[in-house]
Amino acid sequence: MSLRRVVVTGLGALTPVGKTAPAYWEGLVAGRSGAAPITRFDAGKFKTRFACEVKDYNPDDYFDRKEGRKMDIFTQFGLIAANEAIADARLIEDDVDKDRVGVIWGSGIGGLTSLQAECIAFANGDGTPRFNPFFIPKMIADSSSGNISIRHKFRGPNFVTTSACASSSDSIISAFNYIRLNMADVIVTGGSEAAITESGVGGFNALKAMSERNDAPEQASRPYDKERDGFVLGEGAASLVLEEYEHAKARGAKIYAELIGGGMSADAYHITAPDPEGNGVVLVMQNALRDAGIKPEDVDYINTHGTSTPLGDGAEVKAIQKVFGEHAYGLNISSTKSMTGHLLGAAGAIEAVACILAMQHDMVPPTINHFTDDPELDPKLNFTFNKAQKREVNIAMSNTFGFGGHNTSVIFRKISE
Amino acid sequence: MSEIAEKVKAIIIDKLGVEASEVTPEASFTNDLGADSLDTVELIMEFEKEFNVSIPDDQAENIGTVGQAISYLEEHAK
Repeated sequence: MSLRRVVVTGLGALTPVGKTAPAYWEGLVAGRSGAAPITRFDAGKFKTRFACEVKDYNPDDYFDRKEGRKMDIFTQFGLIAANEAIADARLIEDDVDKDRVGVIWGSGIGGLTSLQAECIAFANGDGTPRFNPFFIPKMIADSSSGNISIRHKFRGPNFVTTSACASSSDSIISAFNYIRLNMADVIVTGGSEAAITESGVGGFNALKAMSERNDAPEQASRPYDKERDGFVLGEGAASLVLEEYEHAKARGAKIYAELIGGGMSADAYHITAPDPEGNGVVLVMQNALRDAGIKPEDVDYINTHGTSTPLGDGAEVKAIQKVFGEHAYGLNISSTKSMTGHLLGAAGAIEAVACILAMQHDMVPPTINHFTDDPELDPKLNFTFNKAQKREVNIAMSNTFGFGGHNTSVIFRKISE
Repeated sequence: MSEIAEKVKAIIIDKLGVEASEVTPEASFTNDLGADSLDTVELIMEFEKEFNVSIPDDQAENIGTVGQAISYLEEHAK
């Protein structure tokens, strides 16, 4: 059986630097930081008191009150981004067969706000269990894909992938595979996360994974800078409509790009620390290149995982040099997490959108906040520091890695006949 | 209207997102006010919390309208 081709026909994004896909792209190219002091709760006693929040978010702008309060904020984010992508792809206007449209979403954590609120309410009570009937359906990670399908009556394959910060790259690959294998014609994929809560920030602080640069939040996410001190927590969502190529052509859909390959691997090393040799990361990029049927030198741009942690950034760069050899110097490399912060399970989706828009605009978004070279990193590499760079981008790769040692890499190409 | 009736109406307006004018004594939660099975469970739970009562499941099944809720609570509220 030959595999079918899969293209991208719709995009949506709700991010700390822009609340639609076009606004997100504008934020990236401008090099805008989404970091600011935390507003969602009083973080006065926390080691980290800033994050990349979706700015001025009010669910009433998107949902009627009854609908909004039945969804955790991570599901609200997901539905908003999915709605944008679905409208962009004109799936409803074109009356696409809804039995052949699936939703495969990614979330690393799910409804942490709801879980935390219910546990606090119980702990503050007299032991009588008064759990809200919407608590479980709000909390479970798959309520995102469930709500998106219910809203639009999409009856195809429906589930959520959970692999920490690789979650939505895994959802993109799953969607890719289901369409390639003719189990669906269209899949709304992407990811969403909303973990800027007391338990989310406190938990990541305990892991010593987050930046504590409270005096300069906008400069805290600085991948590849010598003084980097951890990631900055972000929140939001992004969505891609993936569609079988002939199906998209037949309905005259706008085609952004082709998804040509996906790779997965595991570090099999440690539950939170990256393998310093980057062996799992070498493997995942090799797997993706093989699946795409391209050579390393065909790649123009890598949107790295690059979270701004001391260990992770170096391991990924080492792996890129192993896989790409001399061509590593010909690549543009950037970490857009320098601007958006780390959206955990939604990172893969928002960064896939960045790759696709980089191809559309032939422009590489920057790695902002570069102040001091890290002597451990090869200075001949082009990290696209501080300013976006104009460049023809025909093939772009997006890497994401998650706690648990999950590695995922996806490759997009400009559309060709 | 009794204080209990006022509170019951306020809970229903808040949880079901309906207009005050719709919350008549005969209005059914499911048929008239758009509640699904989970909404109904949540309403009963809110009544329990607000009026400090415990409503057994077999009696909760008989509370299907605004009026039924009010009379039950007027009888049982502490």
